Amino acid sequence: MPDIDFEFIVIHLPHYGRALLLTLALGLGAILGSLLVGLPGSLILHFRAPVLRRVVAAYVEFSRNTPLLAQLFFLYFGLPAVGIKWSGFTCALTGLTFLGGGYMIEALRAGIEAVGRPQIESALSIGLSRPQIARLVVLPQALASAVPALAANCIFLLKETSVVGIIAVADLMHLTQGLIGLYYKTTESLLLLVAGYVILIVPVSLLFSRLEKAVRRAEFG
Amino acid sequence: MTTTANAPVLIDAACVTKFYDTRKALDNVSLAIHAKEVVVILGPSGCGKSTFLRCLNGLETVQAGSIRFHGRDLARPGTDWRPVRQRIGMVFQSYELFPHLSVRDNLLLGPVHVQKRPRAEALRQAEGLLERVGLADRLDSFPRQLSGGQKQRIAIVRALSMNPEVMLFDEVTAALDPEMVREVLDVILGLARNGMTMVIVTHEMGFARAVADRIVFMDEGRICETNTPVKFFTAPDTDRAKRFLSRFLY
Amino acid sequence: MLHALELLWQNAPLLLDGLWATLGIAAAATFFSIIGGALLGMMRASWNNAIVQAAARAYLELFRVIPILVWLFVFFFAVPAASSLDISGTLAAVTVFSLWGASEMSDIVRGALKTIPQAQYDAGRAIGLSGAQLHLRVILPQAVRRMLPGAINLVTRIIKTTSLVVIVGVVDVVKRSQQIIERTKEPFVLYAFLLLLFFALCHPLSRLSRRLEKRFN
Ligand SMILES: Nc1ncnc2c1ncn2[C@@H]1O[C@H](COP(=O)(O)OP(=O)(O)OP(=O)(O)O)[C@@H](O)[C@H]1O
Ligand SMILES: [Mg+2]
Repeated sequence: MPDIDFEFIVIHLPHYGRALLLTLALGLGAILGSLLVGLPGSLILHFRAPVLRRVVAAYVEFSRNTPLLAQLFFLYFGLPAVGIKWSGFTCALTGLTFLGGGYMIEALRAGIEAVGRPQIESALSIGLSRPQIARLVVLPQALASAVPALAANCIFLLKETSVVGIIAVADLMHLTQGLIGLYYKTTESLLLLVAGYVILIVPVSLLFSRLEKAVRRAEFG
Repeated sequence: MTTTANAPVLIDAACVTKFYDTRKALDNVSLAIHAKEVVVILGPSGCGKSTFLRCLNGLETVQAGSIRFHGRDLARPGTDWRPVRQRIGMVFQSYELFPHLSVRDNLLLGPVHVQKRPRAEALRQAEGLLERVGLADRLDSFPRQLSGGQKQRIAIVRALSMNPEVMLFDEVTAALDPEMVREVLDVILGLARNGMTMVIVTHEMGFARAVADRIVFMDEGRICETNTPVKFFTAPDTDRAKRFLSRFLY
Repeated sequence: MLHALELLWQNAPLLLDGLWATLGIAAAATFFSIIGGALLGMMRASWNNAIVQAAARAYLELFRVIPILVWLFVFFFAVPAASSLDISGTLAAVTVFSLWGASEMSDIVRGALKTIPQAQYDAGRAIGLSGAQLHLRVILPQAVRRMLPGAINLVTRIIKTTSLVVIVGVVDVVKRSQQIIERTKEPFVLYAFLLLLFFALCHPLSRLSRRLEKRFN
C-alpha cells in the first residue's frame, strides 16, 4: 500500500465538492426530467392511444436497449455534424433523461397495470367518472406499487451520471481522471471518487428504503 | 318475503343476449324485477349469472334486447351509466374495497365525489349504516386490517351509502371462510326485511330459500325455470333444476 | 444514406474487429456472472449463517452504491498502483463486469429459488429422492425457468455496460469507430451506427426475455 497523501486530499477536497454538486444537479435534473417523460408516456401506453402508442413503445425499446455512452457520443459529437450543437451539460441532461424516461415509463405502466380490473369495476359501480377513477383509485395505488421500481430507477440514474465525464462534463469521474493524469495520485483521487459516490447514493438509498417501508405499511393486506 | 307480484316493475330486462366474441353467454334472458322484490338467481357455474348482473350495471354491453329502468332503455349504446349506477348498487365476490383508503374514505368516495353531498351529512349516514352492520368502531381502519366478512359488510355499506333503489349481489360470500358467511348473509336478510329490492346470485341454498321471493334458475345462458322458493326447493318444474339441486344433497 | 452505407462497408473489417473485442468481453463476463451468481445465489438462499449472509449483503451493497465505471477505474488504476500487478483494460473490464454481474445474477437465482414452495421439497422427499436428486430433478428445472427472463435481461445489461471499456483504453467497437471518425470526419454516421449496432444486439434479447416472462404468468 502506498502512503496516502493527506495534503493532496485536503487541497482537492473543494474540487470534489464542486464536482459532487454538479453530479447531484445532473442526477436530480435527470430524475425529474425522466419522471416528466414517464408519466404521460405510461398513460399513452396504458390507454393505447393510437399512433402515439407506437411512438412511445419504440422510444422505450430504443432507450432501454442502447448504452448511455453511445447516446452521449451521438449527442455531443454526432449531432454537431448536422448543425445541432449543445453544451456538454445539455447533452448529459438530455441523454440521461432520454435513458431514464424509458425506464420510468415501464415502471409506471407496470404500476398502473397492477391495479386490477375489478378495482376499476367497483369504482364504476358507485358511479365515479373515468377521470375520477384515474385520480382517486388508480393513480394512488399505481404509484404505491411502482415505488420500488421508481426508486431503483432513481439510483440507477444517479449512478449512470458517472458516464457523462466522457463528454467533458466536469463531474466526479472527469475530475478524477484529470487528477490521475496530472499528478499520478491514483489512490487518493480514487478514494475521493468513491467517497463522493457514497455520499451521493447512500442517503438517497436510505431515503427510498424508508419510503418503501412506509408505502408497504400503508398497503393492502 | 312478501308478495310483490303486484308492485311496479323497477327493472325490466327483455330478451337480453350477450356474446363474448362468438361465445353466447346470455341467450334471450327476460326478467322483470318488481319494487321491494328479492330475486335469487341460481344455476351451475358458467351459466351466465354474473354476466347478467354485470349487464344490469353497465359493466358489459349487450348485443340484443332491452333493459328498461325508469322509462329508459339502458341496453342502448350511448347510455350514461353514471346516474344509473348511483341508483343500482353492486357488491362483488372479492369485496374490492379501495386498499389505499380508510373505511371512512371508502364510504365517502361515492357520496362526496359522485353525488356531491356535504361531507358531514354523508359521514353521518355512513356511521348509521356501519352501526347497522355492527362495525361502528371501524371507521378509521384500513381494508387490510379487516377480516373478509368485515370487508364484505363494509362493501355492502359502501353501495348502500349511495341510497340505491336496487342492490345486486354477485356471490358475495363465495370468498369467505365458512364462519364469516353468516354475518354477511344476516346483513342482506336485514335489508330484505326493510324492503330493499335485490337481485342476488348465490350458492348458499338455505339462504336462497330464506331470503327469496322468487327463484330464477339459469342454465347455459338461458332462464330455465322461475318459481317460488318453496316450490323450487321441494318440487322444481324442470328436470334440469332437479339435477342441479340433487348435487347439493349428500 | 448511400454514402453512409459505403463508408461503413469500407471500414467493415475494422468495425468487426472492434465488435469481436466487445462481444468477447461481454461473453466472458456473462460466463463468470452466471457461474458466480448461481453459486452466490444458492448460498444466499440456503446457507442461513449470519456471517455468510452479512458478507453477501455487503458484497451486493458495494455494487449497488458505487457505479461500475468507478469500479473499473479502481481496478484499472488503483490495483496496479498498489501492487506490482499490471492489469490490462480488458482484464480489468472482465473482472469488474463479472463481479458486478455475479451480484446481480445471485439476486435472480435467489429470487427464483424462493418462489419454489416448500411443499415441492416435501413432495420430492416423500417419494424418496436424495438431496442431490431433489435439487437436480425437481427444484432446479422449475427455478431455471423462472431465472431465464432475468438472466437474459442481465446479458443485455452486460452488453450495454461493455461500451465503457473504451474509457480504460480497450480497442473495442467504440474505439474503432472513433479511429474511423478521426480519419473520415464522419461522427454522425458512425455514432448513429453505434447506437443501432447496440440496439440490434440487445433488442432481440430484451424481447425474448419479455416473452418468456409473459409465458410464466
Ligand atoms: N370476460 C369474458 N370473456 C370471455 N368469456 C367470458 C367472460 N366472462 C365470462 N365469460 C363466459 O361467459 C359464460 C358465463 O360466465 P359467468 O361468469 O356469467 O358465469 P356464472 O354463472 O357467474 O358462473 P360462476 O358461478 O362460476 O360465477 C361462461 O361460459 C364464461 O366462460
Ligand atoms: Mg359468477
